[in-house]
Amino acid sequence: MAERCIIIGASHAGAHLAACLRMSGWKGDIQLIGSEPYLPYHRPPLSKTALNVAVSDPQWLRPAAFYEKNNIEVLLNTEVTHIDRANREVQLANGDSLAYDKLAFCTGARVRKLRIPGADLNGIYYLRDWQDALNIRQAISTAKKAVLIGGGYIGLELAASLRKKGLDVTVLEMTERVLQRVTAPEVSIFFSRVHHEEGVEIVCNKVASEFLGDGAVGKVRCSDGSEFDADLVIVGIGVIPNTELAQSAGLSVDDGIVVNEFAQTEDPDIVAAGDCTNHPNAMLNTRLRLESVPNAMEQAKTAALSVCGKPQAYAAHPWFWSDQYDMKLQIAGWNQDYDQVVLRGDYQHGRSFVAWYLKQGKLIAADCINRPKEFMVAKQLLAKGLAVDAHHVADDSLDPRSLLNS
Amino acid sequence: MPLIKYIDHTGAEYEVELEVGKSVMEGAMENMIDGILAECGGCCSCATCHVYVDEAYLDKTGTAEGMEQELISVVQEPQANSRLSCQIFVTEEMDGMVVRIPKAQY
Repeated sequence: MAERCIIIGASHAGAHLAACLRMSGWKGDIQLIGSEPYLPYHRPPLSKTALNVAVSDPQWLRPAAFYEKNNIEVLLNTEVTHIDRANREVQLANGDSLAYDKLAFCTGARVRKLRIPGADLNGIYYLRDWQDALNIRQAISTAKKAVLIGGGYIGLELAASLRKKGLDVTVLEMTERVLQRVTAPEVSIFFSRVHHEEGVEIVCNKVASEFLGDGAVGKVRCSDGSEFDADLVIVGIGVIPNTELAQSAGLSVDDGIVVNEFAQTEDPDIVAAGDCTNHPNAMLNTRLRLESVPNAMEQAKTAALSVCGKPQAYAAHPWFWSDQYDMKLQIAGWNQDYDQVVLRGDYQHGRSFVAWYLKQGKLIAADCINRPKEFMVAKQLLAKGLAVDAHHVADDSLDPRSLLNS
Repeated sequence: MPLIKYIDHTGAEYEVELEVGKSVMEGAMENMIDGILAECGGCCSCATCHVYVDEAYLDKTGTAEGMEQELISVVQEPQANSRLSCQIFVTEEMDGMVVRIPKAQY
């Protein structure tokens, strides 16, 4: 009988893992299991184009024919309840069980819920999947006043999308600045200014403590007693990795399913990839869990190679992007523990600048706003592990490409 | 449907019939053509779908502009016929076009 690889999670990571298995020469069966009723699709557009009524379907990662042509069996609307490692079986909610030879967790993450009084009122939404986007889209058609809880990327991207649709938008951020967890203060100041220019109200140091309303939400009350009118609330306060299946199967979990640089768990027949993993990155010299499409794809490839017995260590620098209004933010690298921020361009005026993050003189990351050249240069500098001259990267009169020759 | 021929850096050729309106990047993804990564899914953010367009077809595809042009200026080995394949949307006139995939997208 042919060997069978089962992939749990019809996600960016899951779909790419299936494709990479075929590209890496896997001849056996592939079953890709998804809990949603849809083939794998792009999630980043959910906070943007998916909110337009004209968009009738998710943006598919690959067309339906792709799965047929490559003999990838996709099981949709299918919930996995348990993994029996001793018998190498995946048990499903409908009572069936599927035998595997190799297993991949691409289970992703789910939204963190706000558990405060009034949380079950109508008009309160979260955004993670296509159905969420459809629900929000429906709500937008009648809503006038939106309150977004959480000033992270999801909150700010939604603020931009809702503002474009003419809603009044208020963002409530718990800390003293938006994007506090992920960027330097200057970048937070920049995004606050731009959103203000676009008519979004951003209020920091606000902790939502209660939703008020009769049936549907009408106000958000904060812990300091302040209240904000709302007929639509979207909460974007982070995600929790889906690790329960792995944990109940006896695999190590530590803010993510613990894998090595080959995307392997401690079970030689089980790999994991994407947002659900806690993985080592030799280039960053640390373990981390990333919430990002490029990481999901890169790690899926690593996992596929391991499944095929051709292990290759994962060692890519992370990168991210976020589109808001007329701005494209591209982030190269991982800025954790930076000790210096060098700016190129003017963050207090206009909509184009770079924040370079240095650690002991070495570039570790760059936030590039409408600066594609600098982004590409930053990626290459990171790949080469070069030290950079702070004066040089700050000098906006130099062609960014010259940084590669320094 | 227009036929697009992809040639990778090893010289391997892939012929693909693509629906009008699809991007050259999508054609590569749907047909498992290695060498085009398309990490951002086609929103012109990552420059990992770089290709060289057959000179004879440049007047049909147009050349890179704006964000795409800036990204391309810093890819490995940019040329005058460099494009990001997610930004080339197939038309009937592109039938027979050859695109070459560079050795590396980084």
